[in-house]
Amino acid sequence: METKQKVTSKNLILKILIHLFLLSLVGFIFLPMLWLILNSLKTNNELFANSLALPEVWQFHNYVIAWSKGLFAYFKNSVIVSAIALSFILLFSSFFAYGLTRFKLKGSNLIFFVVLGGMALSEQVALVPLYKILQTLHLYNTYLALILPYIAFRIPFTAFLLRSYFISIPKELEEAAVIDGYNSLQIFTKIIVPISKPVLSSCAIVNLNFVWNEFLFANVFLESKSIMTIPIGLMSFKGDMKADYTVMLAGIAVASIPLIALFICMQKQFVRGLTAGAVKG
Amino acid sequence: MKKKKLTPYLYVLPGLLMVLSFVYIPVVANFFYSFFRLSSYSVDKKFVGFDNFVRLFTNEAFPIMIRNNLYYCIISLIVQVGFGTFVALMLESKLTGRLRNFYRNVYFIPALISLSAVGLLFTFVYSPDLGLINNFLESIGLEQYTQVWLGDSKLAIFCIIAMSQWQFTGYITLLMVVAIQSVSTDYLEAAKIDGAGPIRTAVNIIIPLAKEQLLVCSIITIIGAFKVFTEVYSTTSGGPGKSSQVLGTYLYQNAFLHDDMGMAAATGVLIFIITVTVSIIQIKVTKSGEV
Repeated sequence: METKQKVTSKNLILKILIHLFLLSLVGFIFLPMLWLILNSLKTNNELFANSLALPEVWQFHNYVIAWSKGLFAYFKNSVIVSAIALSFILLFSSFFAYGLTRFKLKGSNLIFFVVLGGMALSEQVALVPLYKILQTLHLYNTYLALILPYIAFRIPFTAFLLRSYFISIPKELEEAAVIDGYNSLQIFTKIIVPISKPVLSSCAIVNLNFVWNEFLFANVFLESKSIMTIPIGLMSFKGDMKADYTVMLAGIAVASIPLIALFICMQKQFVRGLTAGAVKG
Repeated sequence: MKKKKLTPYLYVLPGLLMVLSFVYIPVVANFFYSFFRLSSYSVDKKFVGFDNFVRLFTNEAFPIMIRNNLYYCIISLIVQVGFGTFVALMLESKLTGRLRNFYRNVYFIPALISLSAVGLLFTFVYSPDLGLINNFLESIGLEQYTQVWLGDSKLAIFCIIAMSQWQFTGYITLLMVVAIQSVSTDYLEAAKIDGAGPIRTAVNIIIPLAKEQLLVCSIITIIGAFKVFTEVYSTTSGGPGKSSQVLGTYLYQNAFLHDDMGMAAATGVLIFIITVTVSIIQIKVTKSGEV
C-alpha cells in the first residue's frame, strides 16, 4: 500500500513537471504572436516608447487601415489563385490516380515513376528557366504565371496520396456499376469521388497551405501590385507603410488568420494529409 | 474499339503533361543554362563551359553560403528532429492526459503562417530599439546583453535559424506524434509487464518502431535546410555584407539583381545535386529494409 502511494506521488510530481515544461513551450510559441497583436493595437509613439507596455487606447482602426490600404486586394488575389490552382491540382491528380489504378496502361510504371520523381525536384532548380518560359509564353506577371507552376509542382504529392487511397477501394463496387451501364467517367464521378471525400479534403487543405503561403514563385513571376498574393503583398506593404509600423504589424496578423482559423476547424483533415504525405514523401 | 483503348490515357495525360512541362523541362533547361552566360532581357547566350561553376566555387561568398546552409541543417536536425521528437514522446506518454491535443495544436500553429509574414514579424522581434527581445532584456535589467541581432554579422544567420526552429519544430512534433500513435499497444503492454519505465520504453520500443518516420523527418529537414530562401530574403537578404548568404538567396540575387542567369543556374544545379542525393539515400535506405 505504502509503495503504491509513493509511486503515485512520484507520478504526480512528474506530471506537474511535464505540464510546466509543455506550458512553457506554449508560452514560447505564443509570445511573439501576442507581442505582435499587442503592438498592432498601439500608436507608433507607444510602440517606440515601450513595446512591452499596454496601449492607452486600443487602436483597432489600425486593422481597418491595413485592410483598406492594400491587404484587401492581396487577399482577393490569393483567393483567386488558390481556388483555381487547388481545383486543378485535385482534378488532374485524381484523374491521374484513377487512370493509373483502374486501367492496364502500357508503361504505367514508368509514368508513375516520372510523376512521383517530381516530388524530389525543388522549385529553386526550376526558377530561372520557368521565368524564361513564362516570359516566352507571355504569361509573366499574370495569375497564370503562378497557377500553372503551382498545379505542376503539387500534382506529384497529391497524385501519390490519392493513388494509395484509390488502390484500397474494392473493385466490386465498380463491377456492379459497369453492369448498370456506367461508363468510366460516371464511375469516377459517382463512385470513386464520393468514397474519396475524406482523402480529397486532406489533399485540399495541405495544398492550400502550400499555395496560400508560397513566396518564391510569387516574388519572381509577378510584378504588378494589383495581382500580388498575400505573402509578397506583405513585403510591398512594408515598403508602402514605411514608418507606420503598427499598421504593418496589423497587416501581418490579418494575413496569418485564415489558415490558422481553418486549421482549428479542420484539424483532422490537416493532420491526416500532412502525415500521409510525409510518411512516403 | 480504338476510342476505348485511348480513354485511360486521357485520364493520365493532363497531370503527366503538366509535370513534364512545368517541372521537368525547366529542371533540364536549368542544367543546360548552367553552361551558358545569359541575361534575362535578351535571347543571346554564349557557351562558357564550366566557367559558371568555376566562378561559383571560387567566389568568396561560396564558403560562407555552404557554412550557413550546414548550420541550418545541423541546428534544425538537433532542434526540430531531436527536440521535436522528445516533445512528441512526452506528449504521448501517459502523463499528459487531455491537454495533449491542445499542446500539439499550439506547437503546430507557426507552421501555418507564411514564411514572409514570419520573417517580417521577426525583423520586429529582433529590432534593436523597439524589438521584443531587447525590450525584454532591458525590462529585467540585463541591458548588457542587448544586441543588434540581425544587424550583427556574427549573429544574423543564427537569429534566422532560431526563427525557423520556432516556426517548424511543432511540425516535426506533429509528424512524430502520429508515428508514435501508430505503435501497437501490444508492444507497450509487453514493455509495461516487463517493468520498463517510460524512458526505457521510449528508447527501446517506440523509437525503433517509429524509425521510418524519424528518417523521413530528417530527410525533410535536411532538404529544407539546403532549399532555404524566404527566411533569409525577408529578414536580412543575406546581409550584413554576405554574412547570412545561403545558396537560395545567392541564386535569386544572381538571376534577378545581377542579371547573371548562368551563375544562378549553376547554383541551381548544386541545389539539385544535394537535394536529389538526399532523396535517393532515403529511397535506398527505405527499400533495403534497413529502416
